[in-house]
Amino acid sequence: MADHSEEESLAGRQIALIDLLDRLLNGGAVLTGDVVLSIAEVDLVHINLRAVIRSITPDSPAPW
Amino acid sequence: MNCPMPGAEETAASPRTLAHPADQPPEQQESDRSRISYVYVIGRTGTALEASASQLTGLRDGPLRTVTSGRLTALVSSVPADAFSAEGMKAQLEDLTQLEAIARTHHAVVEAACAGAMVLPMRLATVYLDDARVRSMLDERGTEFDALLSRLEGHAEVGVKVYADARAAAAAEAPAAATGASGSPAPGSPAPAASAVSPGRAYLQQRRAQRRTHRDAYRAAGAVAADVRVRVADLARDMVAHRPQQGELASGTGENIANEAYLVPTDRIGEFHRALKGLADGVPGVRVEITGPWAPYSFATPPAESGSP
Repeated sequence: MADHSEEESLAGRQIALIDLLDRLLNGGAVLTGDVVLSIAEVDLVHINLRAVIRSITPDSPAPW
Repeated sequence: MNCPMPGAEETAASPRTLAHPADQPPEQQESDRSRISYVYVIGRTGTALEASASQLTGLRDGPLRTVTSGRLTALVSSVPADAFSAEGMKAQLEDLTQLEAIARTHHAVVEAACAGAMVLPMRLATVYLDDARVRSMLDERGTEFDALLSRLEGHAEVGVKVYADARAAAAAEAPAAATGASGSPAPGSPAPAASAVSPGRAYLQQRRAQRRTHRDAYRAAGAVAADVRVRVADLARDMVAHRPQQGELASGTGENIANEAYLVPTDRIGEFHRALKGLADGVPGVRVEITGPWAPYSFATPPAESGSP
């Protein structure tokens, strides 16, 4: 991987939680049916962490 | 190496100590209702998933194990049923510390698994009553997962975010404004003592200038975001637009106006970075941030279920 010097500058930096949550709450394979709980079924709007959740779910319209 | 992971410094999932021998932890039996099975990733049977399982612990330090059905294998650990039921999970998500711990552990397992083979990362908090249920899920959705794994093979996800920072734009303009004849003080600097215009008028002029700078910064950021798509058109196999980041966790300076994920062949990631190099140079008030490479989270959702805007 000779091309990856660019990325090495990112190494060691802790991944921002919001970037992680973008992927873990909006991405990832979604399973429904027999599953006990999938985040897809949790009504995120009613979770208290509104400032966090609002920024990572498509429920509220963008302000512009 | 399928997903080069520069951020592999993650420590949330601790290496298993020698005190735990590498034997397979027992399956989650149907009789034990106090523990349920949390699924991290699904991959092809016979790949390096077993090795990943033996090197890491999962949530609550639970040992990882594999659950296999035919061609597919899931990486699983047992979690307390009360804390990971619908109600318990809601409570955990309300606590940012707990949410972060779950997210980072989940991610650390995904990264470790991804280093050995192409895997499908599961969405956070995918929980089954027991391993038998996990196995039947693998049976039912096998064809679909197999197709997704084939599609993602040899690819990683790269995040590109574009920010508009009106304050940085104003700062770049400040020298011109300070020497101009408008009499409006440059933002951030103290107002001249003997201003020719009335304070009310100066204020209005300043507000107008701020609005213009703001609008210009947004417009410029929009143009840069459009340019990103053009520059990587031949390098990315797919793109997903996430919602721009807002709220208390979006701590970067400026406002996030584009938050996109690109599916890029792993051997072209360097090229991808080079294509975006210098993109916002000389554009005051616009910043581009690249993250990853990531496991292909944003592309692991089957197209039919993809709810991205």
